[in-house]
Amino acid sequence: MDDVAIRIEGISKQYFIGGKQKSFDRFGDQVVDILGSPFRRAGKLLRGQATGAAELDESIWALKNITFDISFGEAIGIIGSNGAGKSTLLKILSQITDPTEGYIDIYGRVGSLLEVGTGFHPELTGRENIFLNGAILGMGQAEIKSKFDQIVEFAEIDKFIDTPVKHYSSGMYVRLAFSVAAHLDPEILLVDEVLAVGDAKFQRKSLGKMNDVTKKGRTVLFVSHNMALIQAFCERGIYLEEGRIAAIGPMNEVINTYLKTLEKKESQDLSIRQDRKGKGDVKLTAVEVVDGEGVAGNPIKVGQPVSFKLTLSELPKKDIWCRFSLKDEIGHSVVAFNSKTAGAEDTYSDKLGNSYICKVEELLLIPGRYRIDVSIYGSGGEEQDSIDAAAFLDVLPGDVRGRPLGIPKRKQTNVYFPHKWVKPDYS
Amino acid sequence: MARIRNERIEQLNSKNVAGDNPPGIENRVHVHIEPSKGWVSLRLGELWNYRELFYFFIWRDIKIRYKQTVLGASWAVIQPLFTMVIFSLFFGRLANVPSDGIPYPIFSYAGLVPWTFFANGLLQSSNSLVNNSNMLKKIYFPRLILPISSVFAGIVDFVLAFLVLLLMMAFFRIYPTGNIVWLPLFLLLALVTSLGVGFWFSAMNAQFRDIRYIVPFVVQAWLFITPIAYPSSLLSEPWKTLYGLNPMAGVVEGFRWALLGTDTEPGSMTAVSAVVAVVLLISGAYYFRRMEKSFADVM
Repeated sequence: MDDVAIRIEGISKQYFIGGKQKSFDRFGDQVVDILGSPFRRAGKLLRGQATGAAELDESIWALKNITFDISFGEAIGIIGSNGAGKSTLLKILSQITDPTEGYIDIYGRVGSLLEVGTGFHPELTGRENIFLNGAILGMGQAEIKSKFDQIVEFAEIDKFIDTPVKHYSSGMYVRLAFSVAAHLDPEILLVDEVLAVGDAKFQRKSLGKMNDVTKKGRTVLFVSHNMALIQAFCERGIYLEEGRIAAIGPMNEVINTYLKTLEKKESQDLSIRQDRKGKGDVKLTAVEVVDGEGVAGNPIKVGQPVSFKLTLSELPKKDIWCRFSLKDEIGHSVVAFNSKTAGAEDTYSDKLGNSYICKVEELLLIPGRYRIDVSIYGSGGEEQDSIDAAAFLDVLPGDVRGRPLGIPKRKQTNVYFPHKWVKPDYS
Repeated sequence: MARIRNERIEQLNSKNVAGDNPPGIENRVHVHIEPSKGWVSLRLGELWNYRELFYFFIWRDIKIRYKQTVLGASWAVIQPLFTMVIFSLFFGRLANVPSDGIPYPIFSYAGLVPWTFFANGLLQSSNSLVNNSNMLKKIYFPRLILPISSVFAGIVDFVLAFLVLLLMMAFFRIYPTGNIVWLPLFLLLALVTSLGVGFWFSAMNAQFRDIRYIVPFVVQAWLFITPIAYPSSLLSEPWKTLYGLNPMAGVVEGFRWALLGTDTEPGSMTAVSAVVAVVLLISGAYYFRRMEKSFADVM
């Protein structure tokens, strides 16, 4: 690769995270500790080794030994689960934070869209904020002036351009913020999932704008959870897993590897999975998809009955409830189920043990693959356990009430409504 | 091969800093990122490249300073003016503090004008990083711009308070001497002191929010160890020279000399003040740059 835009060589980043919990036997000890802490911290400060108020006990490697090159004009997508290090990598590339090891060489002017509206001031007018935000993002005054009209027009706020942004609706605010950022014209662009702003119409417009931007032969580094988007924008991809590169190559192959890893995680025993949130007094141990005959496992034909069986580590005396949602392959939520609401047809059984079963009489989803995200809540509404992609649901083509439903060439919808036509009679 | 080419790009860029050049390998900026260890260079050249952002920050600070206040920019005058009234009553009238042969109100107000500039600059710059933490976590720019621009934004307030000082002088029929040409130098000294202390405090404040509580206290104490309510002529040598260790002593007495023609022409005390101010500025800037890498991680 001759024409390198970014060379990343052995980049690692270590974070120090909160110290060990101290236990105090006596109230007096605690008082002494609190009174003594300013002196200890001052000592650290003077030795120049302080990294915040955190004690330097425990550390994690957010990134470990990342090495790759990006050629000039290439659009590269970065995917991975939460906490895989994607955002940290972008932060290091945009010089917001230092790497702990390794080095990076960047050839070209860098612009970053890590969050739109950074530096917007509520007291300033739209016009003033365009100039301020533009300057913060790295545009010169002359450049902003020349793009000013385009920015205002794109944001659709021309009437309110001289109103302080604190009087803007939240929609107007994000439209303006995105518009300034989208008119940034650097040689290398770093993007971190900023596209989901505004209403549906504006989202389409911003996607179009992003498409223009990436197609101008610019070097783009794009971080997103939206697989469909990232596939559309990027030829090459990198899959990060726990701070390391798990896969690198053509974007669709990398996405496939990522999705397969998610499936592998699914086949793991849920109780040993680490990527979960919540208090954890009650944990989810299994999620099963069951067909109409009571046989566990995928796939399920469209239009057929299906049940979801959620098993918990224990059944506490107090009331708990479960919520799960089905998401399509690009992460859009399709439908959600909640055991908190009481239905007239709900039944109760003493043979279930620690499980909940949610029965659906007719599976009305367009054939494809859906991910099941599950959350368990305690009686007070606190989140006890929550796992993304706890299981998958594969929907096969079939008949719904006598109407065939196949695999769509381009999947654009997720839900099917049983329906009948009244057609004119040509006979 | 690649190595040679990189060097060529770097050479070209040292002459041709990023601008509106069309993308092309010869014109591309080269940025090298690696872990910084210990004391690092100040990168003043980079600061210069970001001067437009610096102007924008000053402009923003000035614009928003008195937004949604009833009295607006008159606050810039009210603060020193009221302190002057209180000082005149308690120190001038009741305690009969000497004032180098100048009417006490003018004497104390002439000290309060540069003092207020210094104190507000210090307060604003100490909080500048914390107040802009959201930006620090999202966007790169030389962090030094924040404390510097918040001190510079105070110049507008200074000019307003200074105009009132001129009016008061006219009222008391005191006319400036030719020494007034040196006045900007003393303002510069106040600016340098404010920046130096501001660098130290703002960098510490990022990590230890205790600073937020310490700074107002420091400013209050500093006011009383500065010859504002009283003249430095109360001291004899060598104590007077030593008094210069407080750079604001040099500033305030220099101001009075340049403007009111008091008998405090710059001497050893001013020299000591200037040295201390420069030491504060340089050490503060290096300390700031050293701590800078961790700002985004600790905010």
